[in-house]
Amino acid sequence: MTRGISWPALWLGIIGFGILYVPVTVMVIYSFNSSRLVSVWAGFSTKWYGELLENDAVLEALGKSLWVAVNAATLSTVFGVLIALAFVRLGNFRFRLLLSALASMPLVMPEVVTGLSLLLLFIAMEGLLGWPAGRGIDTIIIAHTTFGMCFAAVVVQSRLRDFDMSIEEAAADLGARQPYIFFSITLPVIAPAVIAAWLLAFTLSFDDLVIASFVSGPGSSTLPIVVFSKVRLGVTPEINALATIMILLVAASVVIASAIIYRNSAGRKAAAATGGSGHES
Amino acid sequence: MTGSPFIRISNVTRRFGDVVAVDDLSLDIDKGELFCLLGASGCGKTTLLRMLAGFESVDSGSIEIDGIDMSRVPPATRPVNIMFQNYALFPHMTVDSNIAYGLKRAGLPRAEIESRVTELLRLVRLSGMGGRKPHQLSGGQRQRVALARALARRPKLLLLDEPLAALDKKLREDTQFELVDIQERLETTFIVVTHDQEEAMTLASRIGVMDAGKLVQVDSPRTLYDRPKNSFIADFLGTVSFLEGKVKSAKGGMLQIDGPIPVTAVDPGGFAAGDDVRMAIRPEKISLSRESGGGVNEVKVMVEDMAFTGVASNYRVAGPGGVLLKLTQPNMRRGEPALEWEETGYAAFDPADVVLLRD
Amino acid sequence: MAAVRHFLTRHGRRLVVWLPLLWLVVFFALPLVEVAQTSFTEPRRGIPPFAPLWGFGEDGFFTNFNLENYGLLVEYSQDYLRPAGNSVRLAFFSTLICLLFAYPMAWWIARSSPSHRAILLVLVMLPFWTSSLLRIYALIGLLNTNGFINSMLLQLGLIEAPIRMMQTDFSIYMGMLLTYLPLMILPLYAVMIRLDDDLLDAAADLGASRVEVFRTIVLPLTVPGIIAGSLLVFIPAVGEFVIPALLGGPEQVMIGKVLWTEFFRNRDWPVASAIAMLLLAILALPIIYARYQDGRETALDRAEDAGRGGAA
Repeated sequence: MTRGISWPALWLGIIGFGILYVPVTVMVIYSFNSSRLVSVWAGFSTKWYGELLENDAVLEALGKSLWVAVNAATLSTVFGVLIALAFVRLGNFRFRLLLSALASMPLVMPEVVTGLSLLLLFIAMEGLLGWPAGRGIDTIIIAHTTFGMCFAAVVVQSRLRDFDMSIEEAAADLGARQPYIFFSITLPVIAPAVIAAWLLAFTLSFDDLVIASFVSGPGSSTLPIVVFSKVRLGVTPEINALATIMILLVAASVVIASAIIYRNSAGRKAAAATGGSGHES
Repeated sequence: MTGSPFIRISNVTRRFGDVVAVDDLSLDIDKGELFCLLGASGCGKTTLLRMLAGFESVDSGSIEIDGIDMSRVPPATRPVNIMFQNYALFPHMTVDSNIAYGLKRAGLPRAEIESRVTELLRLVRLSGMGGRKPHQLSGGQRQRVALARALARRPKLLLLDEPLAALDKKLREDTQFELVDIQERLETTFIVVTHDQEEAMTLASRIGVMDAGKLVQVDSPRTLYDRPKNSFIADFLGTVSFLEGKVKSAKGGMLQIDGPIPVTAVDPGGFAAGDDVRMAIRPEKISLSRESGGGVNEVKVMVEDMAFTGVASNYRVAGPGGVLLKLTQPNMRRGEPALEWEETGYAAFDPADVVLLRD
Repeated sequence: MAAVRHFLTRHGRRLVVWLPLLWLVVFFALPLVEVAQTSFTEPRRGIPPFAPLWGFGEDGFFTNFNLENYGLLVEYSQDYLRPAGNSVRLAFFSTLICLLFAYPMAWWIARSSPSHRAILLVLVMLPFWTSSLLRIYALIGLLNTNGFINSMLLQLGLIEAPIRMMQTDFSIYMGMLLTYLPLMILPLYAVMIRLDDDLLDAAADLGASRVEVFRTIVLPLTVPGIIAGSLLVFIPAVGEFVIPALLGGPEQVMIGKVLWTEFFRNRDWPVASAIAMLLLAILALPIIYARYQDGRETALDRAEDAGRGGAA
């Protein structure tokens, strides 16, 4: 009785979900519209998808985006794990405060500032060291790694905090040594968080427009940069098709990943429930 | 207050999907009673409590408090308050504000609220702690805040859901007596839900034992313990040894029962020759010695297992036909050393201590 | 805690701390210093398009420090300070609107049965994982003068001329909702799911009406979520570029877009840097507050967990 949800609240909730989903749904539907006019439905067609596959600029940008995202996500995850280990396991080390400030600031830094600042740095470095010579894929990967690792660290940290230290101690007691313990015990246990961190860093990189725009050079346009330049010109069925593919791909993988995670955690909960006595409900 | 009882629960049923949590249950409780609902988890006792508080609706049947039907009365206006198992103290409020919460909702003037809060803090021996937050209190102190908060509105009926479950053993014993003391002083009707039979025994003037949504037996703690109605009650309350047999004869108020161990028992009435019977004997009612005393109900047994617990030793002994008896011997033997493993001796019990079960 | 002590060799510890620290100093802290420096330089034609702030020339060490760029921000306040004000205003109301929708949504999710809850959570997270650029693009298709909503309303005969929805505050708020609603829902959900049902029952039992239960129990106990969510929305919303660029008109120019224009179109990097400094100055307070709140949160959680551990 006291626990339910009232009607006005339910309506606000439904509208909220509507705001999140209606625009994308309409876009997906209109990507199959045979007319070029976006407001008139002229019948079902997949021709825009066909045209998309012949658009070399888009395909090339897609390839670059994937390459950048895979590299940035992998680097981000490695650094993120290191940061998480430092905070959770090392207690009070020198520069702890500095590292914690530096690892959390990129999370709240406006993208335009991050992008501009990195570009200025790259230019200054080029002048002083001769590296990086011009801007391209490498500079985008560096930029994406810089903020990606902070997100990855947050994800891994929360999992590492819940980690039951006694199983590492058990491994040590049974004669294992570091770093063998880390790779045989710790890493497998925190693996779900590591994978989640990688996926998060990947999508952040794959979706980034602003920072990439600053630090990319000519000829190193990623997919969001290409899309943005097209979007400015207005709504077209080709972009509808492109957006549909990208969104459905991400959506499908998120749904599958969540289903797996949910089933795993449900199984674990069931095991815990049968193991413990539990309260009467 | 003769005539209709203070609380009348008549034919109450509550289902959750296919599960019948409370099954056609009827119960009367008098004013000023400290009544205990005792049962294992999942027996429906918490559901019954939540129906009394008004959190769960009643599928069929009715609940009357002080002659008023409660079916349309929401929790907020019932003359009932509840003390939750985990206390449900509002973590963002001080002890004072927690206790005053119900009084503010009732719109009492500030001065009266303050004086009542002071009075309640004194009642639960927390004077001077009013400014603290719940997380600054010990478990026992939190329990007392919860009690004071639930009593603040002077409910006609106070419901206590496992009031002592969250306390450690030592604290629990002290708190039990304190709770009874407060109840007696205020003369409020208390209904306590618990799964702990010892707790129920110490607290309650009457206990209702629940199983599968039904009340199995409602009696005083002593009657429940000494005269359980069936083997469920006998087994649920304390330890017991069961014996099976067939009535050979019933005369002079005594039953002669045949079985692996022949038993003489006081006839509670209603048994005739040829009846199959199940008997229960409490462990402390069985004596054990090396020498035969030559009385009735004496069997030769061998000690299978023994455990020293301090004040007493618990034995498990095997009699003829593989019958196992559980018995307790106080550790205050004069002269005779206690029986040890694999020793044989004689177990004996009084015919009056044999409980005949009807199931 | 023996494992903590010999968890890593001394070299291992150094690696764990120094590798990320070095990276962040070089690629995050230094660039900010670079922006600060550039904001005091003089623009010029060439690569890079500004004169060095200091260096060694023919006459030895020189500095070329000027406040001209900041002067410009004030002098042309219509072009610079007004967008900054716009940013704060639009971000502030966006935060409120997000809260208005997110609060009941989070409550709804937290009150659902575990299986429904999992589905609803995925529905909230899903947009968060997909590109906000593409979702904003989808919104344009909906709000355009010849977009989906207008053509629907025209066909149904509900309106006679298309409504102008694009390039208004409305379109900005819709874009912000679309982008940041999940960020508001998640922290709210996190505090609501930890809210003990018994507290609500206890309040009702003590005579509180539904409204009173909300006002005295639910609202105060969800304040940490409200603060966390609001900061998560407000901070990036102030610096937002894509939303004002694609959905806003001249009335909705925001500071992120001005910075972009100065940098890419006008190639005035010193002024762009000065704008970046202005943006950081605006965000300094909320960012510091967020960090402070974060620390307080964990301390409070620990205290509460300790308390709960004693009770359970």
